[in-house]
Amino acid sequence: MRITCPICGERDRREFTYRGAALKTPALEAGIEAWHAQVHLRGNPAGPLAELWHHEMGCGAWVQVTRNTATHEMLGSVLAEDAGLAVSASETEVET
Amino acid sequence: MRISGLGQVSRNRPVSFAFNGKHYMGVEGDTLASALLANDVHLVARSFKYHRPRGILTAGSEEPNALVTVGEGVAADPNIRATQQEIFEGLVARSQNCWPSVDRDLMAVNDLAAPFLGAGFYYKTFMWPAPLWEKLYEPIIRRAAGLGALPGAANTDVYEKAFAFCDLLVIGSGPAGLMAALTAGRAGADVILAEEDSRMGGRLLAEVEEIDGRPAHMWAAEVIAELEQLDNVRLMTRTAITGAYDQGTFSALERVSHHLPPSQSLKTAHRPRECFWRIVAKASVLAAGAIERPIAFCNNDRPGIMTAGAVRAYLNRWGVAPGERITVFANNDDAHRTAQDLVAAGVQVTAVVDSRHDAPDGDGFPVIKGAVVCDTAGRRRLESVTVRSVRGEEKIQTDCLAMSGGWNPSVHLTCHMNGRPRWNRELAAFVPVDGVVPGMEVAGAANGAFSTSAALREGAAAARAALADLGLKGQVPPLPVASEEVYRISPLWAVPGKGRAWLDFQNDVTVKDVNQAAQENFRSVEHMKRYTTQGMATDQGKNSNVAALAVLADATGRSIPETGVTTFRAPFVPTSIAAMGAGAEDQGFKPRRYLTTHAAGLEQGASNVEVGLWYRASYFPKQGETNWRQSCDREVMMVRNAVGVCDVSTLGKIDIKGRDAARLLDLVYTNMFSTLKIGRVRYGLMLREDGFVMDDGTTARLGEDHYVMTTTTAAAGQVMAHLEFLIQVVRPDLDVRFTSVTDHWAQFAIAGPKARALVDALVEETVDGDSWPFMGCGEITVKGVRGRLFRISFSGEHAYEIAVPARYGDALYRALVAQAESLGGGAYGMEALNVLRIEKGFITHAEINGTVTAFDLGMQGLISKKKSCWGKALSERAGLMDEDRMQLVGLKPAETAQDISAGAHLFDPDATVERVNDLGYVTSVGFSPTLGHMIGFAMVSAGADRMGDTVRLVDHTRGIDTLCEIVNPVFFDPEGGRVRG
Repeated sequence: MRITCPICGERDRREFTYRGAALKTPALEAGIEAWHAQVHLRGNPAGPLAELWHHEMGCGAWVQVTRNTATHEMLGSVLAEDAGLAVSASETEVET
Repeated sequence: MRISGLGQVSRNRPVSFAFNGKHYMGVEGDTLASALLANDVHLVARSFKYHRPRGILTAGSEEPNALVTVGEGVAADPNIRATQQEIFEGLVARSQNCWPSVDRDLMAVNDLAAPFLGAGFYYKTFMWPAPLWEKLYEPIIRRAAGLGALPGAANTDVYEKAFAFCDLLVIGSGPAGLMAALTAGRAGADVILAEEDSRMGGRLLAEVEEIDGRPAHMWAAEVIAELEQLDNVRLMTRTAITGAYDQGTFSALERVSHHLPPSQSLKTAHRPRECFWRIVAKASVLAAGAIERPIAFCNNDRPGIMTAGAVRAYLNRWGVAPGERITVFANNDDAHRTAQDLVAAGVQVTAVVDSRHDAPDGDGFPVIKGAVVCDTAGRRRLESVTVRSVRGEEKIQTDCLAMSGGWNPSVHLTCHMNGRPRWNRELAAFVPVDGVVPGMEVAGAANGAFSTSAALREGAAAARAALADLGLKGQVPPLPVASEEVYRISPLWAVPGKGRAWLDFQNDVTVKDVNQAAQENFRSVEHMKRYTTQGMATDQGKNSNVAALAVLADATGRSIPETGVTTFRAPFVPTSIAAMGAGAEDQGFKPRRYLTTHAAGLEQGASNVEVGLWYRASYFPKQGETNWRQSCDREVMMVRNAVGVCDVSTLGKIDIKGRDAARLLDLVYTNMFSTLKIGRVRYGLMLREDGFVMDDGTTARLGEDHYVMTTTTAAAGQVMAHLEFLIQVVRPDLDVRFTSVTDHWAQFAIAGPKARALVDALVEETVDGDSWPFMGCGEITVKGVRGRLFRISFSGEHAYEIAVPARYGDALYRALVAQAESLGGGAYGMEALNVLRIEKGFITHAEINGTVTAFDLGMQGLISKKKSCWGKALSERAGLMDEDRMQLVGLKPAETAQDISAGAHLFDPDATVERVNDLGYVTSVGFSPTLGHMIGFAMVSAGADRMGDTVRLVDHTRGIDTLCEIVNPVFFDPEGGRVRG
């Protein structure tokens, strides 16, 4: 299997580390239920799935890869930082 | 018997070889099989279970019988197919699975016991008593049954791995493959043509027919010559494509030097034995041809009974007639070609026995229509066959039977990505379904197109389709003129009769066995396969699968498509693990990470220990010390009483800079780092998102926007990836950058009551309690080199860590050790470091094992209430704060001299030692010379409430069973006076 890194191009999948579904990060204070859903309640679809791969043996980029889990067809990749998964800044500020 | 004037071998180049200790002559171009047949050697093997005499059945990689061991000593290769092994001067081969010889095999007694040895025999017979299975039954069965044996010593052969990329991969070089390669090659596509045989041409080498008015093999030679001239075409012979994978990836096994004498192969000529390829192709054409299937009839396994296509191949390609009076038995027209070719070569054909009443007439040989072969005779070689027809039974004296139950398209690779083949009634065979492997077109016999003309046409069409997808245009070569024979067949799987009729020659599976499986309700084809072992081992049922499932379909009253096929899986041909694992032997490509002090450590006599990829000094034996414990004890006491120096450069070091550096640290650590003063160090804990502890370590603030984080050695990579995740995925808005500087800085711990004296002596700045308080840090100059000094301690002693750019590591280390020695101290290694940290209650990844929470470690206070952090939400789950959870405790044996061990489990002294009573387990132990007894850490259920309790420690592996006391995990200086002093 080969994965396209937006920075490096098409590379062997052994350069990447898999994380799992690419999900929007809940606010840190969103509470146990929201984080439980984030960590444990996954759709695990047989079909297209946006997921996170880390180009750990390459440029170090976290990449959002859309892959058909049933056929391993690669449907697209973008840098994770452009994928809109971030928690909004104001939600994590330190209470002072 | 060699027929003069026939074949494509070099008769004027004799080659001598040995088989079972006897010397024979073959010619260049022979396989071991063709050379043995030329020498009238038919008995070459004994069967897997019944030790029946067996001969050569086929002429290709599907051979189930003629498996031999090639070579001698550690270089011996078992289970080599004689039909693929090319002979070379001095080749030594022998039969397998027989004793004392293939001619007189004592285990042939199994054949007499056959009525008791049917399917499921082992499962039913060797049920009880259970312990005897491993000790008695299995060794006996293994010795009696089986294939060749490994030499039993380490393999000295060299294997290789390689990668290739191309536009079009053509699999197989018969008419379809050659035409595909030619079409794509002329259009300028980057083509790889892979052929498992030693020569390109496929069936064209084995048939008497014409293409464009020339003998087919000569047409093939011309095409191959043209392809060889094309720079964009790579021809790979002896290369079997073994698997089809995602995105046009294929695995392949190249037999690089099996055909060469040892002197020309191996290390001397830089030729590996085999090469395992990964080939990535934008498109592929499967032109793998078809495999002929036998017919099951009583005693159809005698030496001299072969497939009709194989007989033709030996005759036409190698000029060898496998008998003097040959009989043909078939259910299709194709096998009649065998009789035609034999007659044309002057070999006597006794008859063609054809099960069809409408079989064609023979030209120069009799055809017995509507007849079957129902039995055979001859122990070590076929002597006669019994033919049953409307006229009754008659015996025909014959020394070779060429049989054909039809041809199975080689659909295997089309099924490697979940594809299932489709039943074609007209061909009585499974054919591939289009599009099951993305980018793959199937052409020729593999697609059920059995005529040469159709193969050429489909090969060209498949290449054109691939070229269109690749956007390549070129002149399409004209289609050559070739025969357009119609393949006529009427299914015949098994001839009814009383005796044993073999389906799977390799695994000794008969029609009876399949029927028995059906009777015992192993009706699914997958169950039947496993119950009878049909389709297993090296040939994977290439010869037998379709016939076996046809018999199963019949026995269960279902149609063949309803019965279905078992799953075809990679590899297509047996692939040695040595080839797949090439490059990974021993160290392989795994790097060794050496410290800057590696050489100095070795000079000191250090014993090294592997820590991940790192090599670290374990201890430094002094004269008179005879085991590690003496060295370790001395080093611990040296640190406690004077000063020790230890290389701690393996700890992960991450340099973090930016306006939002503090924000990142507050996100990743449970405790607050934004409030850390410049010039100070703080211990921190980080959590995974599920709330469990990920890692711990210290982070120093060197400037307003500049921190240096240290991680444990074990988790350095994980923490780095985690930080990348946080700033790329979770908080890309943060203005912060970081990089690993683990290898850039050499860092040494200096610990002990005389640590300050040592540091002060070497560092240019004044080092005292005011300038370097506990947990202070800053830049220093040591011997003119700018470095960093941290007052942190992993031993509980007054201690520092000093860091300099790695290129000065060796020099500084030597200076530090020399200075320490002048103060009554010296170097200490990992063993002493471990004891020191256990004495002081400091944890490592032996404790942070992925299942513990901050609460379990008694560190819940480190989770700041003033801020959020990664993992905090789920760390607050009720189950993770339960008082009954296993918590970190200290442990000491009730009797001072008693040994304790990590990995041991703990129980109440009154409870029985069984899982339900398990209180927890020991994570770390060490002998404390300071206290004079063993100490350890354990994770114990409700451990915090058990201080002072006595528990029973049981380690079945090391045979330790003793009482221990649960104590505070800080064994030494709990007030911390020494570290601050």
